[in-house]
Amino acid sequence: MKVRIKFRKYGPVRFIGHLDVMRYFQKAIRRAEIDITYTEGFSPHQIMTFAAPLGVGIVSDGEYMDIQINALPKAENGMTACETMVKRLNAVGVRGLDAVSARILPENAGNAMASVAAASYTVRFREGKRPQDWNDTAAQRLIDSFLSQGEILVEKQTKNGVRTVDLRPGIYELSWRNDSFFLLVDASSGNNIKPALLMETLLRHGGMTLEEHALAVARQDIFTKTVRETGEETFVSLGEIGFEEPFAQAEQERTP
Amino acid sequence: MGEKLALSEEILMQIEKPERYIGCEYNSVVKDPSRVRIRFAMCFPDVYEIGMSHLGIQILYHILNDMPDVWCERVYSPWVDLDAIMRRQKIPLFALESQDPVKSFDFLGITIQYEMCYTNILQILDLSGIPLSASQRGEDCPIVIGGGPCTYNPEPLADFFDLFYIGEGETQYRNLLDLYLECRDLGLDRQEFLLRAAREIPGMYAPGFYEPSYGEDGTLKSFVPTKEGVPEKVRKEIVDHMSEAPYPVKPVVPFIKITQDRVVLEIQRGCIRGCRFCQAGQIYRPVRERDADTLKQYAKALLKNTGQEEISLSSLSSSDYSQLSELVNFLMEECAGSHTNISLPSLRIDAFSLDVMSKVQDVKKSSLTFAPEAGSQRLRNVINKGLTEEAILNGARLAFEGGWTRVKLYFMLGLPTETVEDIQGIAQLCNKIAALFYETVPKEKRVNGRVQIVASTSFFVPKPFTPFQWAAQCTKEEFLEKAYQTRTAIGSQLNQKSIKYNWHEADASVMEGILARGDRRLCEVIKRVYEKGSVFDAWGEYYNNARWLETMQECGLSPDFFTRERSLDELLPWDFIDCGVSKEFLRREWEKAKREETSENCRVKCQGCGAAGFGCGICAIART
Repeated sequence: MKVRIKFRKYGPVRFIGHLDVMRYFQKAIRRAEIDITYTEGFSPHQIMTFAAPLGVGIVSDGEYMDIQINALPKAENGMTACETMVKRLNAVGVRGLDAVSARILPENAGNAMASVAAASYTVRFREGKRPQDWNDTAAQRLIDSFLSQGEILVEKQTKNGVRTVDLRPGIYELSWRNDSFFLLVDASSGNNIKPALLMETLLRHGGMTLEEHALAVARQDIFTKTVRETGEETFVSLGEIGFEEPFAQAEQERTP
Repeated sequence: MGEKLALSEEILMQIEKPERYIGCEYNSVVKDPSRVRIRFAMCFPDVYEIGMSHLGIQILYHILNDMPDVWCERVYSPWVDLDAIMRRQKIPLFALESQDPVKSFDFLGITIQYEMCYTNILQILDLSGIPLSASQRGEDCPIVIGGGPCTYNPEPLADFFDLFYIGEGETQYRNLLDLYLECRDLGLDRQEFLLRAAREIPGMYAPGFYEPSYGEDGTLKSFVPTKEGVPEKVRKEIVDHMSEAPYPVKPVVPFIKITQDRVVLEIQRGCIRGCRFCQAGQIYRPVRERDADTLKQYAKALLKNTGQEEISLSSLSSSDYSQLSELVNFLMEECAGSHTNISLPSLRIDAFSLDVMSKVQDVKKSSLTFAPEAGSQRLRNVINKGLTEEAILNGARLAFEGGWTRVKLYFMLGLPTETVEDIQGIAQLCNKIAALFYETVPKEKRVNGRVQIVASTSFFVPKPFTPFQWAAQCTKEEFLEKAYQTRTAIGSQLNQKSIKYNWHEADASVMEGILARGDRRLCEVIKRVYEKGSVFDAWGEYYNNARWLETMQECGLSPDFFTRERSLDELLPWDFIDCGVSKEFLRREWEKAKREETSENCRVKCQGCGAAGFGCGICAIART
């Protein structure tokens, strides 16, 4: 059975790298005595996939890992098995890597990593790092002008050297509200847009240069793409996929 | 976010592994500072991954934090990248849990595990804003207290510490802290507290209350207390009942991969063997075991409380632990099905250990380790290493039959009385093991085609409180010549293609020996070397040998003086410490070594070393 766990990352532990977050959860799952499935072979490891690596220093309200389990924990009084799992994880966890929710995935659900299509972020300027003459009007004007471009070409450093890519198709939303940028951008593997790169490009478009460490980035959520009955494509939060209760039970309720 | 960090976002984003500095690890202890009376900063003066792997710190962290009126936090050496930033931006060194400056603490405890960390100790003090010299410290500074094996000759560090705690930390901290509180309540100053500690608390050595004088030849002439009531001899502290001693069953779980990334079960302290080069074998006497039933409880709790995937037994010569098979069988049962690995270092290779290893490890990938230390039986008798060629070959044959194809062998070069024949013995032993493989394993069954033998040599460093404390240490040139001879000898063996040879750096081994058997005059050398920029001397890439030698010269000290053979009637800088083992016993052993005579281990026959005076451990139980 596959379970998707949503967690947050904030506070000092935001400086923990992606691989170490994985190592952290491997141990936390053992402490919580969650009956996770291990791979076969001589060096078995827990079956666990993370949705999209989060850069060091970035906080997030919507991180996901999918784990394969042999059995759900016994539900504690007044809670579902999924809620019990969350409670148990948090009881043996550190502050800043909090489990938020758990959901049982349908057997045909794609794994967390493969299904990632987009991610949302808020980005604000750190204290004293705001460009000169920056205000709501200036921000809006810059964004409008930026998004009106047919293509936004940038040079991206990849493993195989520098590659020119067009950011424009991957920007699904870019706005300025409550003193922050809001971004909804492509986060699929291969076309992932890093918020810092987008911000740098945006400010350069307005003739500004971005100082180092000027931005505080927070990831809001991660999305997958689904097709509505109408045929329209839409983004759905990874946290909305799946069920709070085992399917058998859920199905029973549906077919009286 | 609310949580405090001593380092800015900007700094944390530009340094390597910021996780080293943020604290927050699972099982780390956070208390309300307004509800404790003593703030204790416990430091391992090396990088986080090394320091966090040390069991002793976890034990003390647990004991001190179990006291409701004390908050103990951890401090490690900032790596060179952060070190540079902290100096440039004048950021004071901080403890991990509260992120508060170390200087604001009541105590700074520093564990001193190896000589090559001495400059790191000064780095810690310096970055904390604490004067390097204890005599310059005011009431605003923490009490700087040292512990660990190097305190069995604390003299090269005497200027930098207010106190040294000689012996095992479990016993006297509560008494020391109570005295501290009492002195504070009475409004006594730092010096008065230190004096009372030296007088009243066993195991405390306050170097400021002692004075050495030197003869014309440079040797120590006298070493006496300068205040009344301060003991002439400081006797080491020891836990007498290990099974009742506190154990950290909720150790801090690091985020990053550390050197020993597993939970550790200390099964016993001390060693019955009495190898004559080994300091640990003497200073931790008498051997004291923890009861297997207690250890089983600890093992379960450790795994549950950490979620670690590996448990390691820890002790000197683990095969001598009397309940080993019971404990190991329990662990194998307990770990089966829970994807937990068991690691068993320091086991003698025999049928039992091979059977265990074949169950807990991948035979194809793992290697066997032998530590004959010397190449010939003659020299093994000199060093009292009770491992015979027959035992090695028997173990190797069993292992080859069991499918192992990799063997590691550890030797020392430069041992007292060593000859060319002993060195050739290293090569011959390696060759015999290789030949044995080809005899034992038929061609069609050789997994990787051939056997892989890796021989490593380190250079012998005489240490205080060993029978070899009087021995001469080789010069760098002699060491390198011996390594060359070893390499040549291995190269001329029939099976040389199956043997790989590694040797250690000679420079640092000589300096380690100088510091190990040095006296107070080396304080100035260490201070100057540090001020010239040395730190992380234990890390080959940062060790600057020329700087050490040049500084010794500036201070009018010669390396040869410290590496020479010491005469038996000489007053040694560490003679004021009573580690339980008598100088008379060590001398007897030194003389037996020169006669190539061995001594039985503690279990077979008491050698009268003096540790029986502690009235515990093996000294207190009937021998079989």
